Amino acid sequence: MKTLKRLAAAVSVTAGLAMAGQAANAESVLRVAMTAGDIPITIGQPDQGFEGYRFVGYNLYDTLVLWDLSQGETAADIKPGLATSWEIDPKDNKRWLIKLREGVKWHDGCDFVPEDVVWNFERISKEDAPHFNVKQFADIRNRTGNIDHVEVLGAHDIAIVTKEPDALFPYQLSYWFMISKCRLTELKNDYEAYAKAPSGTGPYKFASVVPQERLELVKNESYWDPNRIPKHDRLVLIPMPEATTRAAALLSGEVDFIEAPSPDTIPRLESAGMTIVTAPYPHNWSYQLNFVDGNFKHKEVRQAANYALNRPEIKALLNGYMVEGYTNVPPSTPYHGTPSVKYEYDPAKAAELLKSVNCYPCKITLAISTSGSGQMQPLPMNELVKSQLDAAGFDTELKVMDWNALLDVGRPGREKNPEIDGINISRALQDPFSALIRHVYTKQHAPKGSNWGHYSNPAVDALIDEIYLSFDPKVRMAKLTKLHEMMVEDAAMLWVAHDVNPRAIAPNVKGFVQAQSWFQDLTPIVVE
Amino acid sequence: MTAYIIRRLLYAVPIALGVSIVCFALVYIAPGDPLQTLLPEDASAETIAMVRKAYGFDKPIPVQYLIWLGKVVTGDFGMSIATGRPVLGEIVKALGNTVLLAAGAVLIAFTLAFILGTIAGYRVGTATDRAVTGFAVIGVSVPNYWLGIVLIIIFAVELNVLPATGMGPRGSDTFNLFEWNHFRYLLMPMVTLSLIPIGIIARTTRSAVAEVLNQDFVETLRAKGLMEWEILLHVLKNALPQVLAVMGLQFGYLMGGSILVETIFTWPGSGFLLNKAILTRDLPVLQGTILVLAIIFVATNLVIDLLQTAVDPRLKRG
Repeated sequence: MKTLKRLAAAVSVTAGLAMAGQAANAESVLRVAMTAGDIPITIGQPDQGFEGYRFVGYNLYDTLVLWDLSQGETAADIKPGLATSWEIDPKDNKRWLIKLREGVKWHDGCDFVPEDVVWNFERISKEDAPHFNVKQFADIRNRTGNIDHVEVLGAHDIAIVTKEPDALFPYQLSYWFMISKCRLTELKNDYEAYAKAPSGTGPYKFASVVPQERLELVKNESYWDPNRIPKHDRLVLIPMPEATTRAAALLSGEVDFIEAPSPDTIPRLESAGMTIVTAPYPHNWSYQLNFVDGNFKHKEVRQAANYALNRPEIKALLNGYMVEGYTNVPPSTPYHGTPSVKYEYDPAKAAELLKSVNCYPCKITLAISTSGSGQMQPLPMNELVKSQLDAAGFDTELKVMDWNALLDVGRPGREKNPEIDGINISRALQDPFSALIRHVYTKQHAPKGSNWGHYSNPAVDALIDEIYLSFDPKVRMAKLTKLHEMMVEDAAMLWVAHDVNPRAIAPNVKGFVQAQSWFQDLTPIVVE
Repeated sequence: MTAYIIRRLLYAVPIALGVSIVCFALVYIAPGDPLQTLLPEDASAETIAMVRKAYGFDKPIPVQYLIWLGKVVTGDFGMSIATGRPVLGEIVKALGNTVLLAAGAVLIAFTLAFILGTIAGYRVGTATDRAVTGFAVIGVSVPNYWLGIVLIIIFAVELNVLPATGMGPRGSDTFNLFEWNHFRYLLMPMVTLSLIPIGIIARTTRSAVAEVLNQDFVETLRAKGLMEWEILLHVLKNALPQVLAVMGLQFGYLMGGSILVETIFTWPGSGFLLNKAILTRDLPVLQGTILVLAIIFVATNLVIDLLQTAVDPRLKRG
């Protein structure tokens, strides 16, 4: 009997140890279905828009300045990354003194040193450098175009000298990914080979890639920020452009986390126990207006269009998945301020304003697309907007085209298509330049910049000039707030919606906090 | 026959050349700048000019075409603008995956449709004929992307017996057709893709068989006392050229026309590649893929033409 008991005890201890060993070895995997049609490229600056930045850029790589994605209550702002601090040279307002983080290693084992930043600048700017890459140059040029040169000042110090003073410059640094000089040099500057064995300093290391199918990353156990060492072992990123397929893949247990489920699939996902996470998003579904050629050059017409919209009705169309857009940035943005006017639904006031400038009915043409990056549900939304505008005294024509054609209308500016009064290209509002300045600054008139309709206001221009020279964050914030308030009061756009970018998550996935940002931090996610 | 084959091969050359001009020009006729998705929206004129030059878009279109064609005939399809990878490698890999899918669909479609069409052709006007014709009409009418979604909902979401997306389990870089764990990924897209060809081929086979059965020689064969299966062989031999022509076209359509099905099932084939290239306006991939698919279409028709002639030498024409 005693022998039997001993045997049983031994068996149970052995089994227990075996099970414990198995549990210790079990790999936790987070599988994400992206909306992209392919794996974003892995050579530094990713493609596939900000989804590429979100999943490949900020996971494999770091930027000198990172985004704080740890909370979802207010809009995300920048924080130290590979640079621990930055300040403008007191003697030269075009020279940024930057302290680099010590003890950071590339995934390939090399040390991160100041010369890496100089080398990274050469690869996106110096045409005759052996590691220059024209595609990477094109991808980041609008962020780095103001850099004149980079100087090494010491073991952990650099200076970045800009061509023009730019107090918002640290935001631009948050988009520029640092790649390993060691690895690319070892591969004789062959970017194709590098794409298959990339090396960054990010919280995940590259594991494998099957083009069009999946990218697998594993956690970087020795990431320099211990708080952001991933709480799962492996991250699998799967391109899945079709929304119905993404929902089906989540429901059938093939993936754990999906991007952008369509509003009509959300009730089904919820009934299956999935969590739907949303947050106000720096993404503006609006119309940029033509301030030169058509009726929108009158402030009264712009205001009338904004008063004509019944945004709660548009929200109902999207099953509630939007924030009503009365201003350029969502109210949770630090520089939203308190505009003196709110364009709540008032068709009578809209009609009155139109009559005051003898534009009743007021003929307008809006260029829209059938689909496209971040365009939400463009056809039904635009049809509803048209019916609301027309009910208030407009005579709206929708000029429907495909996404690339609309971009081709948007890029050259109003001069090429003077008959168009507004374009419906949704915009990312990630930083103050993207959110405000590029839409209203005279120096940003298209085709040079994003001010498609050539909005021009000397007071606004003067304020922006001051912002660029305001190196004190508090002073700058006050001016940015004022700028936003001026834009709203001047009805600089026809605002409709702020996206909330829903994501659906399986019940076994815990710990994700959706930041108010285009970028998200997957590292805290625990896969049970 | 050899002279005929050579002549048909020579005919294919100008067709392929014409196809290359059309597919090169198509992407320029389409609205939008070819570098639209590559360049940031607020790219300066200097940046645009530099990138345009780097990608050869600064040259006149006919010159671009000649340079492109010169490289293509040596197997250099250029580099993908989006991924930086060689286009030929992308196309070859994607085509391999599509061939796998299309071959499976063709096998299902040809077998099933040929049997159903033959039965219906023998039973014109009966309930069997009406059932087959009805099935064929449904096959042709039902959009295959809709069927794909329905299959996913039933077999992946509700029953959870088949995977909804992808091509093989995680961690496996090669597809093993003979392993159930891999093969199950192929099943739903293959069945979805086979629906339209089943409808079309079944209808063609039915009318071809019915038409042959009405010809006098069948009566003669019966009068000679041949067994019914021997008569069937004669009927099929005579109906085959017409059916083969449709089959060839269907195979060509399956190779290039599976964009929606591949996108729904995220099957990394040529349709998926094409869809991605259209969305990202990746010109080299778009041009290369369209050209290769068009040449496959031309080649398939050539093979079918030769097969038809082999089956029925009367079709050999000058």
